[in-house]
Amino acid sequence: MNRRGFIKAAGLSAFALIGGAAPFDEALAGIAPGRYGRNEKALRAKRWGMVVKTREFRRPEDYAFLADVCRKEHNVPRIDGPQNVKWLWHDTFARVFPDAVNDYPDERTRSSVFPLLCNHCDNPPCVRVCPTGATYKTEDGIVAIDYHRCIGCRFCMAGCPYGARSFNFKDPRLFLPDPPPNPAFPTRMIGVVEKCNFCAERLAVGRMPACVEASDGRILFGDLEDPESGPRRALAANYSIRRKPSLGTRPGVYYII
Amino acid sequence: MLEKLLSGPKTYYLWLLFLLCLIAGSGLVYLQQLREGLSLTGMSRDVSWGLYISQFTYFVGVAASAVMLVLPTYFHHYKKFRRMIIFGEFMAVAAVVMCALFIVVDLGQPQRMLNVMLHPAPSSVMFYDMLVLTGYLALNVVIGWTTLEAERLETEPPRWIKPLVYLSILWAFSIHTVTAFLYAGIPGRHYWLTAIMAARFLSSAFCSGPALLLLLLFLVRRLTGFDPGREAVKTLTTIIVYAMCVNVFFYLLELFTAFYSGIPGHSEPIALLFAGHGGHWVSRWMWAAAAMALLSLALLLPPSLREHRAILPAALALLVAATWIDKGLGLLIGGFTPNMFEEITLYTPTGSEITIALGVCAVGALVLSLLWKMALGVKKESRDFAG
Repeated sequence: MNRRGFIKAAGLSAFALIGGAAPFDEALAGIAPGRYGRNEKALRAKRWGMVVKTREFRRPEDYAFLADVCRKEHNVPRIDGPQNVKWLWHDTFARVFPDAVNDYPDERTRSSVFPLLCNHCDNPPCVRVCPTGATYKTEDGIVAIDYHRCIGCRFCMAGCPYGARSFNFKDPRLFLPDPPPNPAFPTRMIGVVEKCNFCAERLAVGRMPACVEASDGRILFGDLEDPESGPRRALAANYSIRRKPSLGTRPGVYYII
Repeated sequence: MLEKLLSGPKTYYLWLLFLLCLIAGSGLVYLQQLREGLSLTGMSRDVSWGLYISQFTYFVGVAASAVMLVLPTYFHHYKKFRRMIIFGEFMAVAAVVMCALFIVVDLGQPQRMLNVMLHPAPSSVMFYDMLVLTGYLALNVVIGWTTLEAERLETEPPRWIKPLVYLSILWAFSIHTVTAFLYAGIPGRHYWLTAIMAARFLSSAFCSGPALLLLLLFLVRRLTGFDPGREAVKTLTTIIVYAMCVNVFFYLLELFTAFYSGIPGHSEPIALLFAGHGGHWVSRWMWAAAAMALLSLALLLPPSLREHRAILPAALALLVAATWIDKGLGLLIGGFTPNMFEEITLYTPTGSEITIALGVCAVGALVLSLLWKMALGVKKESRDFAG
């Protein structure tokens, strides 16, 4: 932490003691500056967000293809069994939206699958509970992980209401080819937590997230605070939902149903 | 006072040797876990905490329970506890040592554990848990050592110890409250998201901790002839009965809210714990816990039964087993099943996991044995030992 960051954190801590905890969480979640080095072509936003046009996806394979792209981009190992690692995957409506209970859903809702990934919440419980600041929120709304600071306590996995996080129970490098699919992106070590990072490393060099690029316009990505951005225009024109909105986490991933 | 550790009967050395072997054996399994990661355990993406964290939680309760001796002695000047108070304080020391070790063995990157202090995160409950546990350990070491030293020199303890004792009383409540906050502040984990969690933790700790203490003291009585005192045992048993009644009552409150409201999120984890889809092994344990809890109360409530020399230890053992299953197994499994997608992922601790947990318990037993040996040596010399 540099001097400025320290003074900010100290000030915020003092403020929290006086002013109560609710604004404190958000303030603290917001102080970590972006740690991905950006070049002059970097894409910038006040708050990155994603909109999935689920009606334009037909088959589970459409999502599986995107998940593969993501795996290759981020060297996500393919491990079988309950100790697996997932950044982007898909499941049925009832599992993705367990709150939206409907005894008689329409045919499409019943038979379709929906993509799952980190929601990059505005008010992320994982950032709140992390005891070392290894999970942090960047100023443009991305929830990121410092793999070198993570102690592997898995409090964030208990804290995330979306099951978005994976722990490296096994050495992930044993499940990757050598060299890994994308040598430009770091592989992880055993014993740390990982998840989708909204491709912060690509945004930093002016590229859209890998799944967005591969989706042929079926996944929109942009600034949620800009009314003219692609996601905002799509949200203005369509009915959309988010996962578990009642928990107050304010997810940054929207689903047009 | 350390010289008290050097002399003892053959059984004392055999016991220490046994514990050291156990620690060494499970240490080897832990080395394997360091190499191969937590893949050795039964934990998974869905059940990401298991036996280690649940034992941590249980033993924070055991540590906090020392206050059930300290509070009557210092706030109410109840003199009868004076003889055994040191055993409660030293049990708290051993329990906190175990808690710290249970956290360490649960970490994926234990060599980075100091990051909790190097990069403190005041928004995380774990940060406060680290603070209160370290503080509680220090308080009990200082208080226990100083009062025992005073007893050995047959003087009154120094005056500065009093404020520390009062602080330790408040501190004991804080350690288990903060531990409950680890769970009770998490959105989306239905079984944990309940305001009564801290109260339930404290009530369960205040019956199970003293019960464990009494059982161990009965063992010590048989081995060494040390007598905690008839009246003191009677009073502590009464405290245990009250705490257990409150503990069972609090659980029934949970059941009411969960099942009368009919909200699936509230009722499903409990239904799963007791009725388990596809016969989860934990259901049998939970029913056994419920039966043992009620049976222990049936034996402890009537004074004629609980004062019986043979019935009391049995009733206390039932109570400890029941509260251990509730907090040491059910709490974690209920919190993680069903998972965030309302699916069920079974969790069963592996042999390696159980061995490592036993190793941590052996370290706790070693610390406890040495500290108690010292206390018993001093008590014997100062003739505050029997009768």
